Amino acid sequence: MSDMAKQNDNIVEVRGLCFARGDRVIFDNASFDFPRGKITAIMGPSGTGKTTLLRLISGQIKPDAGRILVNGQNVPELTRNELYEMRRTMGMLFQSGALFTDRSVYENVAFPLREHTNLPESMIRDIVLMKLQAVGLRGARNMMPSELSGGMTRRAALARTIALDPDMIMYDEPFAGQDPIAMGVLMQLIKLLNQALSLTSLVVSHDIHETASIADKLYIISEGDVIGEGTPKDLMKSESPLVRQFMQGLPDGPVPFHYPAQDYEDDMLGGES
Amino acid sequence: MIARLRMIGRSGLNVLQILGRSGVFVAMSLFGVPNLRRALPLFIKQLYAVGVLSLPIIVVSGLFIGMVLSLQGYTILVDYGSEQAVGQMLALSLVRELGPVVTALLFAGRAGSSLTAEIGLMKATEQITSLEMLGIDPLRYVIAPRLLAGFIAMPLLVMIFNVVGVWGGYLVAVDWLGVYDGSFWSNMQNSTDFYSDVMNGVIKSIVFAFAVSWIAVFQGYDSVPTSEGIGRATTKTVVYSSLAVLGLDFILTAVMFGDF
Repeated sequence: MSDMAKQNDNIVEVRGLCFARGDRVIFDNASFDFPRGKITAIMGPSGTGKTTLLRLISGQIKPDAGRILVNGQNVPELTRNELYEMRRTMGMLFQSGALFTDRSVYENVAFPLREHTNLPESMIRDIVLMKLQAVGLRGARNMMPSELSGGMTRRAALARTIALDPDMIMYDEPFAGQDPIAMGVLMQLIKLLNQALSLTSLVVSHDIHETASIADKLYIISEGDVIGEGTPKDLMKSESPLVRQFMQGLPDGPVPFHYPAQDYEDDMLGGES
Repeated sequence: MIARLRMIGRSGLNVLQILGRSGVFVAMSLFGVPNLRRALPLFIKQLYAVGVLSLPIIVVSGLFIGMVLSLQGYTILVDYGSEQAVGQMLALSLVRELGPVVTALLFAGRAGSSLTAEIGLMKATEQITSLEMLGIDPLRYVIAPRLLAGFIAMPLLVMIFNVVGVWGGYLVAVDWLGVYDGSFWSNMQNSTDFYSDVMNGVIKSIVFAFAVSWIAVFQGYDSVPTSEGIGRATTKTVVYSSLAVLGLDFILTAVMFGDF
C-alpha cells in the first residue's frame, strides 16, 4: 500500500511514542493506528495513560519522542496557531462534560459557532436545535448546566462537540459513573453519530462490554505497552493471560490483586509498621 | 552541605522558571490580537465583576480611613494649634500613600482572590481545556479580559477611594470637630500638587493594578486543579499581592519622593 493511501486509511497514526511523567514511564515506544470512519476503543486498567493518549493526540501535552500524525500533520511540531486550527476538526468529550457553567445549554452549543463562524443568528439557532435534537435535548435548551443530570450533561457536551462538524471525536470515559439507561443512550449516540456524520471515534473506557459492543477495533494498553489489538471478538478469544484477565475482569492474574508487600506472616509477626 | 546548596539552587531555578512562565503567560494574553467585537462584551462583564462589585468595600473603607485619619490628625495637631492643617495631612496621606496601597490590598482580597478561584475552578472542571479543544485560546478568551479589567478598574477605584476618604475626613474635621472649612480646603489646595502628588499616586495605582491582576490570574491558571490546590492558589494570590504591593510601594516612593 502506498504512503498516501495509508494516510487516508488512518486518521491518526502514532509511531514510537515515548512519554514519561517524572520517573514514571507511561508510553515506551508505543504505536497506534486509528482507522478513518471507525470506532476505535482504547482500554486498559486505570492509570495506564489512556486519557494521556487523547491529550497527546490533541496536542495538549507534548511527547518525549515519537510522531503523532493527525490527517498527516505531525502534532508535536505544529505551531500554536496551527494547533488551534487543527483542533477545529476534532472534538473531545470530557468525563465531566466541561460545559460552561455560566451559559445555558443552548448558549453552550452555540458558543463554538459564534466564535468560529459569522453565521446569522437565525442559522445558528437552526444548527443548535438540530444538534440538540440529535442528542435528544432540544427540550432542555434553556436549562443551566447545574440543572442537568450527569448523562444529560454529557449529551449536551456532545452536542457542543459536534456543533462544528468535526472529523473525529475523542470520548474520555463516556460511560463512567452513568446509570444503565444513560449508558445505553450514550452508547447508541456514539454509534449513531459515527455513522450518520461519518465521523471517526476514539473511545477511552474501561467498561469492557459496553465498549466492545460498539467498537470496530480495540487496543488494550498496560504499563506503557499495547498488550492486545484487534476486533472485540478476537480479543475475547485471546490466549494472552493479561488480555484475558482484563477482558474477563478477573481479580487476580498477571496484574496481582495485592500491591507488592513483604511476606504476610513476617509482617503480622514483625510488629513494626 | 552540597545537598543544601543543591536545594537552594533548585528552588532558585524553580522561582526563575515560574517568573519566566508567568511573563510569557501575560505577554501572550495581552499581545494576541483580539477580535474587538467579541472581546468587548467579555471585557465589560469582567469590568463589572472586578470593578463595580468591588465598589462597596472600597467606598466604605475609604470613608472610614478618611474619618480615622482626620480624627488622629486633629488630636495631634490641636496641641500645636494647627488643626487647620488637617486637610493638608489628610489629602497628602490619602493621595500619595493610603489610597493606592489600601485599595490594592482590598482589591487583592476582594477581586484578586475571586479571579484566582474562578480561573482555578474553570481549570478543575476542564472548562479551560475544553476551550482549547474547541479551538479557542483561553489566554485570549478567559485571561486577557480579566487582566485588562483589573488594570483599568483599580486606578479608578483608587480615585474613588481618595475622594470618599477626603469627604469622610471633612465630615469629622469640619462638621464634627469644628475646624474652619475655609482653611481646611485652602490648606489642602495649597499643599497638594497635581503632578507630584496626585499623578504619582495614579502611577502607583497603575503599577499595583498590574501586579495584583497579574498575580491573581496567573495563580489561577497555574493552580493545581484540585480543591486543595485552588485553596492554596487563592491564599497565594492574597499573600503575594499584598507583599508585592507593599514592596513596590517602598520602591516607588523612594523613586518619586526620595531626594537623593
